[in-house]
Amino acid sequence: MPVSPTLETTFAGIKCLNPFWLASAPPTNCGEQIMRAFDAGWGGAVWKTIGEPITNVSSRYSSIDWNGQKMMGFNNIELISDRPTETNLREIAEVKRRYPKHVVIASLMVESKRETWHEMVQRAEDAGADGLELNFGCPHGMSERGMGSAVGQVPEYCEQITSWVKEKARTPVIVKLTPNISDIRLPARAAKRAGADAVSAINTINSITGIDLETLEPRPNVDGKSSHGGYCGPAVKPIALNMVQQVNSDHVDGSPLPMSGIGGIGSWQDAAEFILLGAGTVQVCTAVMHYGYRIVEDMGDGLLAWMRRKGYATIDDFRGLSLPNVREWKNLNLNFRVVAEIHADKCIGCQLCYTACWDGAHQCIHLDRADGGMDAPVAGTDPRYAHGEPNPHGKPTPAMVIAESAKVISTTPIAKLDLNGLGANSAVTPLERIPRVDEDECVGCNLCSLVCPVPQCITMERRETGLPFESWKERVAKGSAAEAVAVTGNPNL
Amino acid sequence: MIESTNFFVMAPASAEVSARFPDLHPPFEPTAAVTEAHRCLYCFDAPCMAACPTHIDVPKFIKKIVSGNLEGSAKTILDANILGASCSRACPVDVLCEGACVMHRYNKQPIEIGRLQRFAMDALHASGAALPFTPGEDAGKKVALIGGGPASLACAAELRRRGVTAEIFDARPLPGGLNTYGIAEYKLPLKESLREIDMLAQLGVRFHFNTLVDVKKLAEIEKKFDAVFLGIGLGAIHKLGIVGEELEGVTDALEFIAGYKSGSIMSVPAKVAVIGAGNTAIDAANAAVRLGASEVHMVYRRGPEQMSAFTFEYEHAKQEGVRFLWHVAPVALAGKSKIHALELAKLETASDGALLPRQGENFTLAVDLVVLAIGQSTHTEFLGDGSVAGAGKVKLERGRIVVDRVTGQTSQPKYFAGGDCTNGGREVVDAVADGKRAGIGIAAWLEGVR
Repeated sequence: MPVSPTLETTFAGIKCLNPFWLASAPPTNCGEQIMRAFDAGWGGAVWKTIGEPITNVSSRYSSIDWNGQKMMGFNNIELISDRPTETNLREIAEVKRRYPKHVVIASLMVESKRETWHEMVQRAEDAGADGLELNFGCPHGMSERGMGSAVGQVPEYCEQITSWVKEKARTPVIVKLTPNISDIRLPARAAKRAGADAVSAINTINSITGIDLETLEPRPNVDGKSSHGGYCGPAVKPIALNMVQQVNSDHVDGSPLPMSGIGGIGSWQDAAEFILLGAGTVQVCTAVMHYGYRIVEDMGDGLLAWMRRKGYATIDDFRGLSLPNVREWKNLNLNFRVVAEIHADKCIGCQLCYTACWDGAHQCIHLDRADGGMDAPVAGTDPRYAHGEPNPHGKPTPAMVIAESAKVISTTPIAKLDLNGLGANSAVTPLERIPRVDEDECVGCNLCSLVCPVPQCITMERRETGLPFESWKERVAKGSAAEAVAVTGNPNL
Repeated sequence: MIESTNFFVMAPASAEVSARFPDLHPPFEPTAAVTEAHRCLYCFDAPCMAACPTHIDVPKFIKKIVSGNLEGSAKTILDANILGASCSRACPVDVLCEGACVMHRYNKQPIEIGRLQRFAMDALHASGAALPFTPGEDAGKKVALIGGGPASLACAAELRRRGVTAEIFDARPLPGGLNTYGIAEYKLPLKESLREIDMLAQLGVRFHFNTLVDVKKLAEIEKKFDAVFLGIGLGAIHKLGIVGEELEGVTDALEFIAGYKSGSIMSVPAKVAVIGAGNTAIDAANAAVRLGASEVHMVYRRGPEQMSAFTFEYEHAKQEGVRFLWHVAPVALAGKSKIHALELAKLETASDGALLPRQGENFTLAVDLVVLAIGQSTHTEFLGDGSVAGAGKVKLERGRIVVDRVTGQTSQPKYFAGGDCTNGGREVVDAVADGKRAGIGIAAWLEGVR
């Protein structure tokens, strides 16, 4: 019977209509916004951090565009909420009255005094918040005042304040972790020791997005000056995934806490990846700032379709399933081998794989198919070791290829007569433009398949080595570590 | 002789012709250009570059548009093709760079290389910057270039960059040859050709206008110069050889196109027939439509599958409203002093491929103007006719000058040649490529390398 999956889930004891929350940020500034977000389909919202109201600067945001796409990375120097605490709390109560099934988390940041935290926790919970998120991550401005990442970067402070909050809190307490630290597991452990119910990660990353090359002033520009900001958006997702994995695979103090994943999420695929690495909910900001609340529709629709296809009924069915697949390098199989295979029928002849392999990898892709180049040369016949020439590959270098092309005399074809002009018959890739992989020399690095613009044109194919699994760790244990020591020169290995 | 040039301001201007011949391929807006440039995959040893007769490094200039380095982009283009602006507009890109684009195989439109090239060149012109090249150190050698078309211009530029003196001799009052006088105005306006030549002339090219070079003149030139480049193009358009060809209202396509481009023809009568079905015939037919004809027929002795025009030109003519009479041939041009009708014979193909008139099926077509576009003759008769010993005596083959394709050198070492007079009549870009190779070839020969 086909699975009819649901997005409903429970996170640290909080019932959620779906795992999609808005992160504490401009999209959750006020109740009016959050109610519109709930109407659009968001399951929860972490309120823009509440604390002593601040004064913001103008301007506040900057971004990195990439190859014609806007906002690959995004940066802000905005502080916590600039609205009075009473206003925020009154609106929390209003939102919860109108949307009782939706999750409202109060993000909090106050000065590091026990009484102040107690008072704020009490007021937020009285307003009806379903949970509390402690903002120990904001990397700019607030940290200069001893708050935000100034707390998150010191596990002892993190533990202290979390324990003050837990003395008072009746709702789940989520500690938001900063990535601006050498080992994110340390504050996560501290939060756990202090009794936190969950963690969220990651907050934004210290960044300067760029310099205006006319004025020489950095962005975002505040009267000719700028300050480091917090980086987020699609560019930070890989960093976030790594930190989420690190925290969720850390069993030093027992099982890890529930995790709300944050960092560059904008699609259902992103959400699925965070959940596969152990996140129970995901939080989104930049993608909404770019495209609006409406993006949540496809996040839900797409995730449900994927769950149906994979046979997962609930979020918990696949949460953390990829964690065992992330290992330390020393536990990877040294005897596993893949090689690149170029599927000539799909190749469009751009030769990006060729130049990438020559300049960025291992010089094992050649342009010799039309010269009778072998698809699979006999092992050991590769000419590159046969002579000591400066070009030890026995094949033309990219510069030699270009020099040959420059000598070709081409002319405009005459219609109906010149059917083989270079501009003609472009539906078929000429054989000489389809590169060939020298399998003997291919190290299986993936680079060619990554640069290839055509899906499934270059695939990485497994080649049996006939050898059993063997990791570097096992090799060391067997006593063949001498090799590694010699290579690294590090006697501690 | 003219050294400092300002041809652009000398261009005969007609606001009405400009209005009737707007850009067939309008320029890119900056954001659209950058968006399009981003689509380029940046192929290695790119097929577009190979297909371009001048081997412009297309991915390189496109990536410079992406990075906002428009000056570098234009320089990349000019480095390979000194008439990069003209070619960006006049080239049949469908069968050259864009035809070769790998995007065809990616199930996508090819990159709009021609329009991107124009964008970069327009930006350079708009900036008012100088040509990004300087003449080489004086090599103490002089080369005469006969004909001021694209082949000679490209050859002159290469020579100047190598410090060789280059003097161009042209029969017309303005430089550029067919680049100036012969390309449909909606592709390349006359003034744009001149603007580009102004820029090229900054290298110190010298011009002799209104100078017809005959065999005597050539002998003089040969004595005074260290080498001669023949960029003389093709000759007049063929005649039909039938009754009535001398009538008023019978012209040829090159005269007609040059006439409207330079302002001496502002309108055409109601009924026009163009004889022939090549690219020039189509340019003439489209021009007739735009100049006010109510009925324009193209008359061709074979069918559409044999016409020598590019497919996209045929499609364009159909869109302009040109009508086609296939498998017919003119038998006579009727009229007292002025043409009023064309007598046409219907043709059938015999088993040996010969075209035979179908008896008793002749018909007449009322016309006010007949434009002949049935191919150009060669005009190499002044070369080596023996009247002046040795001058210009170079080997010909079917009227074309025979050259070494790499160096442009003819059978007589001092003479080099390129463009239509060697290739039988191709595109501007082919002439530029020929001229460029010959310029490099001449400089090398003058250095005694060859």
